[in-house]
Amino acid sequence: MRVLGIETSCDETGVALYDTQAGLLADALYSQISMHAEYGGVVPELASRDHTRKLLPLIEEVLASAQLSRSDLDGIAYTAGPGLVGALMVGAATAHGMARALNIPVLGVHHMEGHLLAPMLEDAPPAFPFVALLVSGGHTQLVEVRGLGQYRLLGESVDDAAGEAFDKTAKMLELDYPGGPAVARLAERGDPTRFRFPRPMTDRPGLDFSFSGLKTHTLITANRLREAGEFDEQGRADIARAFEDAVVDTLVIKCRRALDQTGLKRLVVAGGVSANVRLRERLEQETAKRGAQAFYPRGRFCTDNGAMIAYVGAQRLLAGERDDSTMKAVPRWPLAELMPPAA
Amino acid sequence: MPTLLALDASSNACSAALMIHCDGRDEVLSRFALAPREHTRRLMPMVDELLAEAGIELCQLDALAYGRGPGSFTGLRIAAGVAQGLAFGADKPLLGVSTLAALALAAHRRYHLRYVMPALDARMGELYVGAYRCRDGELESLAEDAVLPPERLILPKGYEDTDWVGVGSGWALWESMPATVQAGISQCFNELAPAAEDMVRLATRQFAAGEGRQPHLVQPVYLRDQVAWQKGR
Ligand SMILES: Nc1ncnc2c1ncn2[C@@H]1O[C@H](COP(=O)(O)OP(=O)(O)O)[C@@H](O)[C@H]1O
Repeated sequence: MRVLGIETSCDETGVALYDTQAGLLADALYSQISMHAEYGGVVPELASRDHTRKLLPLIEEVLASAQLSRSDLDGIAYTAGPGLVGALMVGAATAHGMARALNIPVLGVHHMEGHLLAPMLEDAPPAFPFVALLVSGGHTQLVEVRGLGQYRLLGESVDDAAGEAFDKTAKMLELDYPGGPAVARLAERGDPTRFRFPRPMTDRPGLDFSFSGLKTHTLITANRLREAGEFDEQGRADIARAFEDAVVDTLVIKCRRALDQTGLKRLVVAGGVSANVRLRERLEQETAKRGAQAFYPRGRFCTDNGAMIAYVGAQRLLAGERDDSTMKAVPRWPLAELMPPAA
Repeated sequence: MPTLLALDASSNACSAALMIHCDGRDEVLSRFALAPREHTRRLMPMVDELLAEAGIELCQLDALAYGRGPGSFTGLRIAAGVAQGLAFGADKPLLGVSTLAALALAAHRRYHLRYVMPALDARMGELYVGAYRCRDGELESLAEDAVLPPERLILPKGYEDTDWVGVGSGWALWESMPATVQAGISQCFNELAPAAEDMVRLATRQFAAGEGRQPHLVQPVYLRDQVAWQKGR
């Protein structure tokens, strides 16, 4: 079954073609980051307008690169949520229109399920069951994954997401949007011994996260350096390093606990922050120590993309699940509400 | 004459219409519902019903069209998405129809009006407005479709002494309009909404004029483009 995947939940237009036998055939992405950078964050109306401009050309590009025509498609999957409702609507409407014209099934899928299962697109995919750490700009969650649609939330952030904390720290350090990679780069030159930031919520049991206190701590430290006239390149790098170490440590501690608690040996790490090199290094050490294994999607499938949507859609469409004639756009949609495919 | 399908979701109304030909006559089949926030549920079944009623398939259409705006931003994109998806999937050209022109045509067809100023409430204290001369089902635009505050509304140059009729939700802002405009408007029909049955007629003429395009080239026309403010301005 050849499935077209469409992702338009936020500020990237992603399109991909996945074949349940041959695997990923093609994928293309258009990022609006440079446009939103001028505004210091995502402007929902501009994001939606851009999806409407870019979606069909990307679909054509993907079909051309796989040397297929639209009539070769067997199904269409699109991100139905969570996300920006106006942006979601573009993908939903286009997917439904195209599917109707081609007389093929269409299905709205969950964006975070896409992230959870993105490592399945790799050559050595993890087997079920596994623990997944989802760390992105909007989410920080630990999830126990027993199979397609069988998700149990183990813990999540009670305030800011880890990626959001990276982005806010970037602003405090006068770095450009998006902040995560910029903070990580600056941290490379930082002295890990100069500051020690708190590891929030690690001193008590449980798998929830909190990053807003860390953010305040970072701000106070930045202000203190500024007053002391030490807010120079080195001072900012030292803060970046202390911040990154605190986030990475916190994430690693909770992952370890989640593996202990579930008794599972496989850890999937997905979402934009999973691109962070220091996080990967620490998780490698940690999993190796306990005879467990960590799995990551390739770099470009860590952030939003069409491939993960095509993959999840293909699994569910194959099982007979499909939309009726209503286009789905669900801005808030807890992952735990998902079910195994409903035929 | 071509066979065309038009969709609209630009306002609280949701509509679809099909232009077909039986026994040498043109016929328009249509569906219309006032259905705020229900476009995602109502639009596709309307398309299915129309095609079934006419007994044709999408592949038999010559082109598709949609209400390109101005109107509700999200509504415009729903109609654009569905129409682009249908047109791309069926490999047909697409046309964008002005929602203001559709309003003008509605007033002309229903009430035989000649000089029509369609206006839609654009929120934020503004309205979308156009000015059309209508003759035998043909529309001529006398002023470009625009977005402006009601206080700045003027009658089209050279037509200040014409008897104009206002149509559409924008005329609810009557109290804020200049006296010169109020004096030039003989009548208002606030309750008329843009509808696909008018768009499919306009699209038929646009198609004959060679305006059909590849689907991705036919984008919504929002008119209001200042929707965000850059850092530090
Ligand atoms: N190397 C990195 N280190 C830390 N954070 C990163 C890195 N790369 C990206 N990020 C963060 O990942 C987030 C974007 O990830 P993404 O999965 O697209 O999130 P969302 O879709 O929820 O915004 C941003 O907050 C960004 O700062």
